[in-house]
Amino acid sequence: MRHTPSICGFAFAEWLVISLLYTDSVLTDEPAQSLRIEILNEGGFRSDGRRQYELREIAFDSSPQAGADGSARISHGLTEVLVSVFGPREARVRAQTLHDRAAIHVEVNIAPFSTGDRRRRGRGDKRVQELAAMIKATFEPVVQTGLYPRSQIDIFVHVLQQDGGVLPAAINATTVALINAGVPLADYVCAITGGVHAAAPMLDLTALEESDLPHVTVASMPRSGRLTLVSMETRLHVDRFEEILRLAGEAGTVIHTEMHAVVRQRTKGLLDGISTGLRASKPAEDAMVEDE
Amino acid sequence: MVEITIRKRQREDAELTQRKFFKKTARGKVVKVIRERYLRDDVSCGIEKCRECISSPALHLPFGGAVDHKLFPQGHFVLPDTNVFLAQMDVIESSYFRTPIILLQTVLEEVRHRSLPLFNRLKALMKMDEKRTWIFYNEFRSETAVVREVGETPNDRNDRARPPIRGQPKPTLPTIVLLTEDADNRRKAEKDSIPCYSVRQYLEGMPESTQLMDLLSAAAGRPPLYSEYLPTGALTAGVKAGQLHQGHFNASQFNFLEGSVNVEAFGKPILLSGRENMNRAVHGDIVVVEVFSEQEWKAPTDEVVDQESALKNDDAEESDEEGERVVVEEKTPRTEVPSRAPTEKQPTGRIVGIVKRNWRAFVCHIDSTSLNSSTTTSLSQQTVFATPVSRLLPRIRMRTRQAPALLGQKILVTIDKWDITSRYPEGHFVRALGKVESKEAEQESLLLEFDVPYRPFGKAILDCLPTEGEQWVVPPKSADDLTWRDREDLRQLNICSIDPPACQDIDDALHARRLPNGNIEAGVHIADVSHFVLPDNPMDAEAAARGTTVYLVDKRIDMLPALLGTNLCSLRPFVERLAFSVIWELTPEANIANVRFTKSVIASKCAFTYEEAQTRKDDTHQQDELTDSIRLLNTLAQKLKAGRMAAGALNLASPEVKIHLDSAESSDPIDVEQKEQRETNSLVEEFMLLANISVAQKIQEAFPQTAVLRRHMPPPKTNFEKLQDILQRRRGIPLDVSSSGTLAASLDKCIDPEEPAFNTLVRIMATRCMLSAEYFCSGSVSKETFGHYGLASPIYTHFTSPIRRYADVLVHRQLAAAISYSPLHASLHSKTHVERVLEVVNRRHRMAQMAGRASVEFYVGLALKARAERSASLGAGKVTEEAFVIRTFRNGLNVFVSKLGIEGLVMFKRETRFDADNYTFTIPCSGSGGGDVEIAVFDKVVVSIEVEKDKNTQRGKVKMSLVKPIDSSGM
Repeated sequence: MRHTPSICGFAFAEWLVISLLYTDSVLTDEPAQSLRIEILNEGGFRSDGRRQYELREIAFDSSPQAGADGSARISHGLTEVLVSVFGPREARVRAQTLHDRAAIHVEVNIAPFSTGDRRRRGRGDKRVQELAAMIKATFEPVVQTGLYPRSQIDIFVHVLQQDGGVLPAAINATTVALINAGVPLADYVCAITGGVHAAAPMLDLTALEESDLPHVTVASMPRSGRLTLVSMETRLHVDRFEEILRLAGEAGTVIHTEMHAVVRQRTKGLLDGISTGLRASKPAEDAMVEDE
Repeated sequence: MVEITIRKRQREDAELTQRKFFKKTARGKVVKVIRERYLRDDVSCGIEKCRECISSPALHLPFGGAVDHKLFPQGHFVLPDTNVFLAQMDVIESSYFRTPIILLQTVLEEVRHRSLPLFNRLKALMKMDEKRTWIFYNEFRSETAVVREVGETPNDRNDRARPPIRGQPKPTLPTIVLLTEDADNRRKAEKDSIPCYSVRQYLEGMPESTQLMDLLSAAAGRPPLYSEYLPTGALTAGVKAGQLHQGHFNASQFNFLEGSVNVEAFGKPILLSGRENMNRAVHGDIVVVEVFSEQEWKAPTDEVVDQESALKNDDAEESDEEGERVVVEEKTPRTEVPSRAPTEKQPTGRIVGIVKRNWRAFVCHIDSTSLNSSTTTSLSQQTVFATPVSRLLPRIRMRTRQAPALLGQKILVTIDKWDITSRYPEGHFVRALGKVESKEAEQESLLLEFDVPYRPFGKAILDCLPTEGEQWVVPPKSADDLTWRDREDLRQLNICSIDPPACQDIDDALHARRLPNGNIEAGVHIADVSHFVLPDNPMDAEAAARGTTVYLVDKRIDMLPALLGTNLCSLRPFVERLAFSVIWELTPEANIANVRFTKSVIASKCAFTYEEAQTRKDDTHQQDELTDSIRLLNTLAQKLKAGRMAAGALNLASPEVKIHLDSAESSDPIDVEQKEQRETNSLVEEFMLLANISVAQKIQEAFPQTAVLRRHMPPPKTNFEKLQDILQRRRGIPLDVSSSGTLAASLDKCIDPEEPAFNTLVRIMATRCMLSAEYFCSGSVSKETFGHYGLASPIYTHFTSPIRRYADVLVHRQLAAAISYSPLHASLHSKTHVERVLEVVNRRHRMAQMAGRASVEFYVGLALKARAERSASLGAGKVTEEAFVIRTFRNGLNVFVSKLGIEGLVMFKRETRFDADNYTFTIPCSGSGGGDVEIAVFDKVVVSIEVEKDKNTQRGKVKMSLVKPIDSSGM
């Protein structure tokens, strides 16, 4: 995979060595250096080497948790979220039962070790509750709840590591987990954060960038082009908003491709299992995933 | 439509793609931070026509590089190191420097981190059209990104990270040259056979090297002149363990390269010789000293080294190393004369840390030679030297745009910092005080120099005064009037005051009368300041901060508002005033039979000057009660004095002169004369001493923990060694310093029948060997150290001048409480509070004395000038005056002119012979026919005195030269 170093026309190795030598002597106190980090430098690079419209690496791990009906773990850059889905199943609490559709119940748990400064956030924490409410609001119009009256769907979100973009990562992982659980969805939900530095929009912010820039989180349904969530916690200039919203929508389609590949791959594995004679326990699952 | 992509990161080599470090938060928590790094292959090298790089249309480096450098005819690029930008930005910015520059991202980030101003200059440079620069984002390029790991040698890391193909430099392609000022880096580069040069080496090969060489900053190569201070922890630990010593740094006024620190551990002060050992200390700093081993101990130099003449060639912009090095080194061997007696050696050491800086605004003059002469009228910013008025301070380097305007003015300059690489401290201009030698400027500069608070009293303070103002009078006597409560009515007594002429703040008055039993009642009545100045109000706080009234020749800076000082409290004649009285019943032999203290109301019958009192006493025709009372007091005073002398009190002398002013308005000094001492001076003095001692005993009994007392510590024997030696060698007179009594006795024997002033001279010199008296809180020191050495009294305080001394106000309050007149204010029960107040008062007291002396000196200078003008107009030549030699140096004499009360240096440029052991100084006089002239300490000489302005600093300076026994002008 890794690119073999090639030689730029002439003695590239020369300055390669120089810069190696160099870095050694100057990079003595990195923490101090980070105090004056440039968000976007003159060469168009962000502090982690990405350009404006480049997203961090996104990797899904389907069904890491056997006990759940469906689960997914996303690692998006250094952010890591595990989502487990249970249901649709009979509603536990009678009072909350809805007679025409299924109730979605989201619970978020942020691990204390997920950030550098170990901080415990209980379930009563406002921030955690808000996160749960946003995920619930995102998926309520997407999940076909009408098919399961008087039942409930439980979504458990575990934030294992945070480095910016926790909400989009949680939404993306929930989408995959719901698909894995065989819950019928109207569409994929793909979320991403967009921000603006000076006049330059950028996508997928890290924690460092999030703390510095105005940003907006957008969850879109790539096939219909509709949005199910737009969340802003900072002030963003109205002139920039439209552009970032559009960019985030486009980024949604990129993420959708990534997600879809993962789902296909898993489904393919399951199908292979069927064809080799091992009767899969849940054939319905695959049928529910609608292909494009 | 932009392209949105997802970047992939190789998780396998996380060490390359993840950065991990620990960060300390503001709360002190340590947090682990992980950052990602996406390595890429599309980071362009910026070189034109590069096959590999995806070219962007932006600025590119020319394919061939620069070909005009001697060493690289095939063309080259330079790759400067961070230290190049930090130190040699001027070179890179110069339009002569045209080599294309490759800037590494790492370098850029480090410059940004180290210095934002330099980073901004660098950014501006990158935008310049004539420069060709390219930033190579080496941290993001997959081949060049590296991580530093703990425990891995750079070589191993290089080997691991180095790509498999090491390109063989083809001769036709440009070379990349690493520029760095770090020798270590160069060594590493050489190992990898990378062309690498320091900026200086590189510039030598440039076509315009001469122009560029001028821009090279010396700072890069300048070695630190001083050693770093130790960390605070090490200092406190060292002082506690006794390895290091803490004390005040005293600069020598004769030799600017020498200073000393008095510490408890040694009898003698620790000598610090040379700039390195003085390590950036400024006079008055509290410093920590490390003492060298005994072999390295030295004696102080016996030479006058004047900063201005020694360092006149130093340039303010960039102090030239060589000039001074020579001066100092030339002198050092000469001072190490082996014949030195070992006893003269002093503990010697060096300063390793500074506990507290004594930096404040200093009064300075601009040194005109440090100005760039071509720009005397320009407004450009230049670096100049500011020479402090005080000889004890180093020159201060400062940058100013108004240097030409400030020439010939007194200005205030504060010191900001003193770096280890800088010979002089750096400061900035605060404000101008006015023209040199204008009275206002001189007066203000004096007050500032000695830190005397001289602002007018504020409204809050004036609000504390009685509302009646000038009209305030003692209310008529009645039983229920608060003012009269517990006050004795002494209005009928024949009380008078004796003070110097034109004294306005009369704080003491006296009376005496015979009692029927044959004893004598004597009373000292002191202004009742504590009746007006109540504790804990703004006026009290201000008085405590001012500490004392400061007397300058032509001005008085009051401690209390004038209404109190010169009117309501002042015991003026013919008006009723409140007083605090000490009344003794004395036997005719002047022994105390009884003493009582009381608040009182008095009405002074007369305000005498010393002179008037004296004539009145001596005039036998005057037989009134008042005159009798003075005579009675006088007889008692003589007995008291005799008793005191018998107990071993010292009769000290200090050069006191009086300035005759032309008129009150112009205040031009006409002449100077020595102060005359009359019997009546001593009369007042004796009774004041008696009152102070009696009060001291009373308050010490009443408040053993917090009584405000004054003491004079016996001087360490070593202080007298030099004087003893001089007296013994020159005059054969022994000086017994075992106690104040023996010292007084042997001082009395120091008589030269031909020279009556000799005795005074020795007394002055003896006084200089002693410590200064100080206020203290009785609870803070052991009872054995209460004594007053000079007065030979076991206990002493100040009670008699509350108008002009704050300590007296405290004593008044304590005494009032001791006689149950009023309860003691809570603050005076607190030892720490009293200590704190007294510390301020002690300091102010010292400063006030010095300010007063400096003021006299200034007027003596003016008077001398006036006298010189007068004598010049009469054609009488220069002003000459008799003087005594009090100290000999290798290259000069320190003489004392008793008539003017000033000291001066007679310097010789010509070769002279100096005998340190015998304190003699020989001037070879082959030219003028006579033999050699020998001058020794205590010799009487005649000097001509003139006041001349220093050419550079405009600082008035008394210049003396010998007239007799030999004319030294021109030597």
